[in-house]
Amino acid sequence: MTRPYDAIIIGAGHNGLVTAAYLGRAGKRVLVLERRHLVGGAAVTEEIFPGFKYSVFSYVVSLLRPDIIRELDLASHGLQILPLESTLTPLPNGDYFMAWGDHDLARQELQRHAPRDVEAYDEFGRLMHHMAMAVRPILGMIPPDPTSLSPGDLKSLLKLGKHFHDLGPERFHMLYRLMTMSSADFLEDWFECEPLKATKSASGIIGTFLGPRSPGTAYVLMHHYMGDIDGAFRAWGFARGGTGAISEAIAGAARAAGVEIRTEASVERVMVERGKAVGVALEDGTEIRARTVVSALDPRRTFLQLLDQSLLPDDLIDGLRRYRYRGSSGKVNLALSELPNFTCMPGPGAHLAGAISISPSIDYLERAYDDAKYGEFSRRPFMDCIFPSVIDPGMAPPGQHVMSIFVQYAPYDLNGGWTDAKREAFGDAVIDTLAEYAPNLKSAILHRQVITPKDIEDIAGLTEGNIFHGELALNQLFFLRPAARWAKYRTPVKRYYQCGSGTHPGGGIMGASGRLAAREILADWRGS
Amino acid sequence: MTPLQLNTTPFHQRTAALAQGHAWRRWAGHAVLGCYQLHHDREYAAIRSGSGLIDVSPLYKYLIHGRDACRLLNRIVPRNVAKCQVGRVLYTPWCDSHGKVIDDGTISRLGEKTYRLTSADPNIRWLTDNAGGMDVVIEDVSRSLGAVALQGPTARDILARVADAEVESLRYFHLTEGTIRGIPVTISRTGYTGDLGYEIWVAADRAVPLWDALVETGADYGLLPAGILALDVARIEAGLLMIDVDYVSAHRALIDSQFSSPYELNLGWTVNLEKGPFNGRDALVAEHRHGPTWAFVGIEVDWEGLIELYAAVGLPPQLPTTAWRISVPLYVGRTQVGYATSGCWSPVLKKYIALAHVETRFAAPGTAIEMEVTVEHHRRPVAVTVVKTPFFDPERKKAGAAGQRGSGAGDGT
Repeated sequence: MTRPYDAIIIGAGHNGLVTAAYLGRAGKRVLVLERRHLVGGAAVTEEIFPGFKYSVFSYVVSLLRPDIIRELDLASHGLQILPLESTLTPLPNGDYFMAWGDHDLARQELQRHAPRDVEAYDEFGRLMHHMAMAVRPILGMIPPDPTSLSPGDLKSLLKLGKHFHDLGPERFHMLYRLMTMSSADFLEDWFECEPLKATKSASGIIGTFLGPRSPGTAYVLMHHYMGDIDGAFRAWGFARGGTGAISEAIAGAARAAGVEIRTEASVERVMVERGKAVGVALEDGTEIRARTVVSALDPRRTFLQLLDQSLLPDDLIDGLRRYRYRGSSGKVNLALSELPNFTCMPGPGAHLAGAISISPSIDYLERAYDDAKYGEFSRRPFMDCIFPSVIDPGMAPPGQHVMSIFVQYAPYDLNGGWTDAKREAFGDAVIDTLAEYAPNLKSAILHRQVITPKDIEDIAGLTEGNIFHGELALNQLFFLRPAARWAKYRTPVKRYYQCGSGTHPGGGIMGASGRLAAREILADWRGS
Repeated sequence: MTPLQLNTTPFHQRTAALAQGHAWRRWAGHAVLGCYQLHHDREYAAIRSGSGLIDVSPLYKYLIHGRDACRLLNRIVPRNVAKCQVGRVLYTPWCDSHGKVIDDGTISRLGEKTYRLTSADPNIRWLTDNAGGMDVVIEDVSRSLGAVALQGPTARDILARVADAEVESLRYFHLTEGTIRGIPVTISRTGYTGDLGYEIWVAADRAVPLWDALVETGADYGLLPAGILALDVARIEAGLLMIDVDYVSAHRALIDSQFSSPYELNLGWTVNLEKGPFNGRDALVAEHRHGPTWAFVGIEVDWEGLIELYAAVGLPPQLPTTAWRISVPLYVGRTQVGYATSGCWSPVLKKYIALAHVETRFAAPGTAIEMEVTVEHHRRPVAVTVVKTPFFDPERKKAGAAGQRGSGAGDGT
């Protein structure tokens, strides 16, 4: 008879796989159960149209923690991050703004648009370095409960207090501004170049139901700078093979550590006996017992769907009800017979190996948000596009291409609900807007996949289609993610843990939640 | 569509044609040649024996004009700009509010209310932010104005022959207007080599014929176009510091230890605490009172020591073939007391020299310390001595033409 499982991980998203890999490496017997036929959750690569590979829900990577890459030796399991050097913002007047990765070229372009911004760009970069350094220790920390007097919490809070004190007044004040301001206002303090401000501010709205002028978005903007400060690890990159290759690499590391991964195994509920999790029951009736159960799903599913609600205290249920998902983004994936020809920068070129951002002005983005506020998808949305096949020729047949278009806003709660017709209308709005900048796009389309927040929920199982397992807003971060008193990866049910993006720090293909959760689980095992 | 290329200088058409090894390097966003020939030896030699013609157009250049032009500059730099008369040039660093150096360059007074500032980094935002409420117009002429340095013992003779300008009587750190083959130019007796030399400022669209005129005339005087590798050796010999190599701009420094004050860069002589308020003054007053922690000095490597280290592995001494720009630790015993930031073999002095940051107590000339050298893959300490800069300071740098009286010292380098 084989040894019983030490842990069952529900959901083979990247965080679930990270937790599994760390537990496996600690010598534990681990089983990962995945509802779909492939691992990755929202980080999957699928050949939806023959010969063309789509990163269906996601597209780029920057935040994947370097310590995870190193500790799990992901490079030897196939992870290869290819550079994404630039961001082109086409403008309605036929001009463009190009944010080059190269410092000299970046200056050249800024000089053309707003000479004062040349200096501001360096100073802003330095400021964000300091701010990211100020926040980064928090990302690697188990969130202490500020209302608790337990020795562990007090120790963490003291450490945090000292950290903020050591920042000095100037940086602390700047951090405070960053925490409270909108990304548009914050950027206004530095820059004159409108497309630069708009394109940067777009980082502050991704995955939130907020506009660039909504307070709190400056913090989200900075969250995306976090990936920039790890020296050798590139800022924004594209995983060779698409985002699914990241999941595959982590799964490879997990398997190498003895972890068993079972796909097409949908968990119906967590089995609880005498207040302790003892295993899971699958939809097909199979019951699998384990010493510990870990959910990599979002908080609503982790608590309200997999558990009997009578096991949960009222205040937690209350907190979970207040936790906002509000998926606001969609995705359009295209198979193309030829590359788009951008009017502002005709022909092939280095710009197609970078991102194309449809964010000509802050007004444009705010108007896109206005549509969503009142329950419509943006008629002229913000878009962040890349051509994976230009960066990695393996993504499409030679000479043909795939295009990945991240689109915001597409509210989950669309007026009248999402239908097939609405989905196609949304896809049309995306293509029509893009075709204004690249007229040959429409005729180049061989296949189009439109993903709405409803599709993200239905296919990937993310509540309300929020790509971060709940909005990355200050009111639901750190010791409030996902709910007060339950931010330390534990749950009111003994031996039942959470490790998804809905726990601190959450957001993006980062893996930090999964790693911290594994650390807490192992600590509890050592204690028991 | 902007071609995906670095900027080129107004002399590019000529310089590119001379690039034997296509040894392009970056300077302030421009492509310039490290050396024209396959090695920079002869180009450097020209600077010290004939003349080197160096394209210095990548410098940032700002024209500052108006009733408050002097007031603006006096607010920004620690030197007293009010003392700069028309036709004079002064070198100065400038600081942030904490008295830490942002950049350094020259200020030329072109007219009663007109100045030109040169800098290594863009400064338009810094200038305009400091000009609030002032009656002054700031114009970025970086791209519209070309600049070429003619440096070396024959530089005056070349200019005297080709230029219609008062060159023979032009004193150190003075400037004059004139023409060269009909091309209007400003000629300043300035440079980055510590030698007799001039910088010639010309409208970008007249740069190529100016180059031709200088090269043709210079042919009889040992003129060679010289790239920035040769310039780097010359500027180290002259003890002149370089931003991003010898110090970090206060606008880019990330941690406290990366900032430098003028005192710490051996530029205390540029700081005039009596002239009235200027950026960083309060911090500099305090630092002046307590004395700086760091000093920027010249060091000379002990030749015998170097020979011994190499003899021990059976080799003659190996010397750097180009100027190096890396941080090299300096020790007293086992304690690190500083670091050198640029160094080279000086062909004219026949000495191995370097520019270095040391704790002030080790800054006095004659102080014996040690520098790390790598001898056949092994790190070894070699004796070095702190010496006065400039290492190389020929009389001709400031002297008048034969039969002219020497131009005054104290004009400031």
